[in-house]
Amino acid sequence: MLKFTAEHEWLKLDGDVATVGITSYAAEQLGDLVFVELPKVDQELVKDGNGATVESVKAASDVYCPLNGTIVEVNQAIVDDPSLVNSDPQGAGWFFKLKLKNVADADALLDEAAYKDLIA
Amino acid sequence: MQQSTQLKQTPLHTLHLLLQGRMVPFAGYQMPVEYPAGVMKEHLHTRAAAGLFDVSHMGQVIVKAKSGSYEDAALALEKLVPVDILGLKPGRQRYGFFTDESGGILDDLMITNRGDHLFVVVNAACKDQDVAHMKAKLISCDVELIEDRALIALQGPCAEAVLAAIWPDVAHMKFMDVRELVYHGAACIVARSGYSGEDGFEVSISALHAFELATALLEHKDCKPIGLGARDSLRLEAGLCLYGNDIDTTTSPIEASLEWALQKARKAGGDREGGFPGAARILGELANGTTRRRVGLKPEGKAPVRSHAKLFADAEGNTELGEVTSGTFGPTVEGPVAMGYLPTSHAAAGTQVFAEVRGKYLPMTVATLPFITPTYKR
Repeated sequence: MLKFTAEHEWLKLDGDVATVGITSYAAEQLGDLVFVELPKVDQELVKDGNGATVESVKAASDVYCPLNGTIVEVNQAIVDDPSLVNSDPQGAGWFFKLKLKNVADADALLDEAAYKDLIA
Repeated sequence: MQQSTQLKQTPLHTLHLLLQGRMVPFAGYQMPVEYPAGVMKEHLHTRAAAGLFDVSHMGQVIVKAKSGSYEDAALALEKLVPVDILGLKPGRQRYGFFTDESGGILDDLMITNRGDHLFVVVNAACKDQDVAHMKAKLISCDVELIEDRALIALQGPCAEAVLAAIWPDVAHMKFMDVRELVYHGAACIVARSGYSGEDGFEVSISALHAFELATALLEHKDCKPIGLGARDSLRLEAGLCLYGNDIDTTTSPIEASLEWALQKARKAGGDREGGFPGAARILGELANGTTRRRVGLKPEGKAPVRSHAKLFADAEGNTELGEVTSGTFGPTVEGPVAMGYLPTSHAAAGTQVFAEVRGKYLPMTVATLPFITPTYKR
């Protein structure tokens, strides 16, 4: 199941683990990324807390954590090559996998149609 | 949208929209921060071929002595800038800055000897204040802000070839030469200079002909439009100051490492020593040094270190030294680059300092500016 936030993140839910990244729209708005800082595995994150930091040539931006949970995996590939986020934001450019504290929290997020309305 | 209706548009506004530039507010204007190619590609294209920049937001000012003599205009302007303007030859340009009574910098500018008058280009954000300053202080001169002209910069190793397709004569110009050339009946002021560290030109042209000239230049296969984003990363790699970031009224020209811009005639023992605002401090600093200096800073890691990041002597953040004034990722350097102010004790190339970024202390090394090798045609 694919969910979205108004802060332009996507979540792909698989059981109680969500793979999190930024949307194509967000990647395009940010421009060419040159630096990505990810959380650490086992780190506990809270909803709307800082999940990651991305930097373009122009500016640094925070990527907020969409739900409460614990980091179980991070995508080292985007740290090594931040341009992956621009070229494949909703695929190979994923950020981290979050084991959700409460899976039902995801129900409140936007579905794809609602997100598309938001950026239209 | 309310904000954008209050913003001014340059004579090339329609062109930016046609080229799908991403427009942002900048110094009271709607300006393209980037085009669809993006900052990274635009930056690299400028260093590899030629980039066209709309810099029409900058202030173009004519300073003419009421007597009609260049010497009178030059001597008048010398009262506001610590630069040798009297010694500037016709058709030559020079960098300078307005100083204030405490030796700070009010703005930086380019000054051209146009034979019987001065042609001055100042920063967009300061132009109203600069014109008021000159009108108040240069009572023997007429000072006119020209608002019906565009300014187009063409920068990069192919800039000469691109511009020579229109004016073959530009190939004979050298760095900081300025010529008047005609385009479809319109007199243009063409200077061989710029703000990228590359060879290149800046063309002042009537607003009516600007779109036509820009379009003709962009028809050349090597010439692409470049936004303000890449203009900033290009100038930072080139070690050039951005007014409001790297220099302002709290920095003296000597602290800012701009002493190269002061010619012999205005320094101690020169023909026209001093005689500009803040001369006592500035000439004193030239003789005795300063307590801090603007330096290049190379972050050792991959994270860009942005302006206002605090600099420390130690990795624990105990001893604060100064601040980063400009910082970004340098596409040509392929890594982060920055500038900032450090105490003279820590300003030697190779010195390690630490910048506070998101609660961490990242190591940086004081670097010799520029970060790239300029290709000015001297």
